[in-house]
Amino acid sequence: MSNNNVIKLTYREALKQAIREAMQKDESVFLMGEDVGRYGGSFAVSKGLLQEFGPERIMDVPLSESGFVGAGIGAALNGMRPIVEVMTVNFSLLAMDQIVNNAATLLHMSGGQMNVPVVIRMSCGIGRQLAAQHSHSWEPLYTHIAGLKVLSAGTHEDARGMLLTALQDPDPVIIFEYTYLLNKEAEIAANAGAVDITKAKVRREGKDISIITYGAAVYKALGAASELATMGIDAEVVDLRVLRPLDEATIFNSVKKTHRALLVEEAWASVNVSSEVSARIMENIFYELDAPVQRLGGVEVPIPYPKHLEDASIPQQADIVNKVKKMLQHD
Amino acid sequence: MIEFKMPSLGADMEAGTLAEWLVKPGDTVKRGDIIAVVDTQKGLIDIEVFDEGTISELVIKENEKVPVGTVMALIESGKEDLTKKEAIKPTSKIEEKKATEKISVVATPQFIKASPLAKRIAAEKGIELNTIKGTGEDGAITKEDVEKAIIEKMAPAAEKKITTTENIRMAVAAAMSKSNREIPHYYLETKVDMRKALTWLTETNKQRTVKQRLLPVILLLKAVAKALVEIPDLNGYWENGLQQKQDINIGFVVSLRGGGVMIPAIHNADKKTIDELMAALNDIIPRARAMKLRSSELSESTITVTNLGEGNVETVYGVIYPPQVAIVGFGSITEEPWAEMGMLDVRPVINITLSADHRATDGATGSRFLMAVKNHLQKPEIL
Repeated sequence: MSNNNVIKLTYREALKQAIREAMQKDESVFLMGEDVGRYGGSFAVSKGLLQEFGPERIMDVPLSESGFVGAGIGAALNGMRPIVEVMTVNFSLLAMDQIVNNAATLLHMSGGQMNVPVVIRMSCGIGRQLAAQHSHSWEPLYTHIAGLKVLSAGTHEDARGMLLTALQDPDPVIIFEYTYLLNKEAEIAANAGAVDITKAKVRREGKDISIITYGAAVYKALGAASELATMGIDAEVVDLRVLRPLDEATIFNSVKKTHRALLVEEAWASVNVSSEVSARIMENIFYELDAPVQRLGGVEVPIPYPKHLEDASIPQQADIVNKVKKMLQHD
Repeated sequence: MIEFKMPSLGADMEAGTLAEWLVKPGDTVKRGDIIAVVDTQKGLIDIEVFDEGTISELVIKENEKVPVGTVMALIESGKEDLTKKEAIKPTSKIEEKKATEKISVVATPQFIKASPLAKRIAAEKGIELNTIKGTGEDGAITKEDVEKAIIEKMAPAAEKKITTTENIRMAVAAAMSKSNREIPHYYLETKVDMRKALTWLTETNKQRTVKQRLLPVILLLKAVAKALVEIPDLNGYWENGLQQKQDINIGFVVSLRGGGVMIPAIHNADKKTIDELMAALNDIIPRARAMKLRSSELSESTITVTNLGEGNVETVYGVIYPPQVAIVGFGSITEEPWAEMGMLDVRPVINITLSADHRATDGATGSRFLMAVKNHLQKPEIL
């Protein structure tokens, strides 16, 4: 019975199914990016889609991030629904000018006349031994930019569903996908599809502490919560999902319940998403706190190549467990 | 404006619950009036006022539990406030002490580390953070600590409704544990020939109606009171050193039917006549057993007398009631062979003991005291 309702698939497969469904549903949707066609995508996400949809909808582009992101913005302005894939988040910095100065600003500068419904997907994150220029967490940079909606697909459910909703949005949406999760298998509903992209989500209910996180750290936090449960600590895991604009209500409701917050993310600890979440908790629900808000972030170094150093540069499940135990003064 | 505060009714009392106001704003009160009933571990106690004036405000509500020293009511006095306060305060030693304590607390405001949530809950529940011990980081008070304090605050109130016996047991336990923990006792004992005293008592009682008759214990109390005038070091408190007390207020141990003891004070026992002492005892014992004592009777004793004579026990070694420095114990009067001036006789004899705080006095002082008691009991006619 349950086999009929849930399916097991990789994160990569979830992303592919989302693109396929979007393209089947809407003729104006197309995918453009480096190696997305004949090569099947540098991470094999779009493998096979060229054969299915043809070169006009699965479009290989030159190595010119500023150029092809700009082309995507132009297509969006002209009524298309482009999905622009930037191979890794590091290369997106080359397209920063297009994203900040065009995608994010045109609606405002046109007096509300020109929406830019572009969806930009980026692989990001740490943990696949891709070294400093191919594995970083630049989510905080994008969350700073007014005019963008920034999503983080930390679970298979969101990998399957966020793109579909993002394509309905009249304004630019950035979706962060995590290379670390690509081969990871998980079960999702067989009929899983479009998901809400306005709310954070409580992935596990708990009453002792809120672990607030996003991206590749969501599964680590859930693992930590299971481990903590064996010690009698009932941790709640909140997946931010939408990094801009932040869903304050879900965050605050969780902290009001547990009275403690640990913010976990892989991005460098200074001036990251956690900084913002922490500040908002202080500003709005200070009197709900029973302990200082704590953060676990990435070590502030260029991400190392060697596996053990790479692992050491970001919070791991054991770090989360230890931090929570310390905050709760457990044994 | 005079502040009427929650009194301390014993060394172990930290807080009391106002059971009832017997006055309302606008009522005039004078020194000695009972204006409130407070529920403590020792049961319901009538609380007296030490000032004169008009009640202007009842600050706390009935059923509210507040720490000792909390302002309960404001009294408007007709005369100039400050001088009046100054004039009245010294009449009670204990009141005066409390006032100075209060000032020192105000003078050094203390920053208490507590989580924002703990502070909020404590404020909502009216719990003072300085009464809570923090278990969080660096001793910070957390929500859990406040919740524990709330439960503790509620629990005794709930228990009290069920049984006061248990609470009196707890109060005795707390005071006696403190005594044994903190006070280094020394013990002295002497035998006193009671023939003269009892003969005098029998003669005196012959001329009295049944109601007016005196009990032997009255002679003992009077002898103790007179001996204390001579040896004032045993009449006081140990609080940062020995503090002699002017008034000799003898606390008399009254055992309660359900277990536990009450120690009402007989004020100025040295200045009372034998008859006045007898009247005081007749008045105070039934009230103690009914738990209808006044606050001053519970809080102002300066030494304690315990009398186990009724139970035929020959000797009792008392445990000092802190912060006092001595307790006198009387056994029962029994007939014993008695050698005097080379002759053997049978006499009514009583064993008198002294347990005293060795920090405050030494055996020589105690010995002088017991000798003084002994001597007074040989001259009952002038007691």
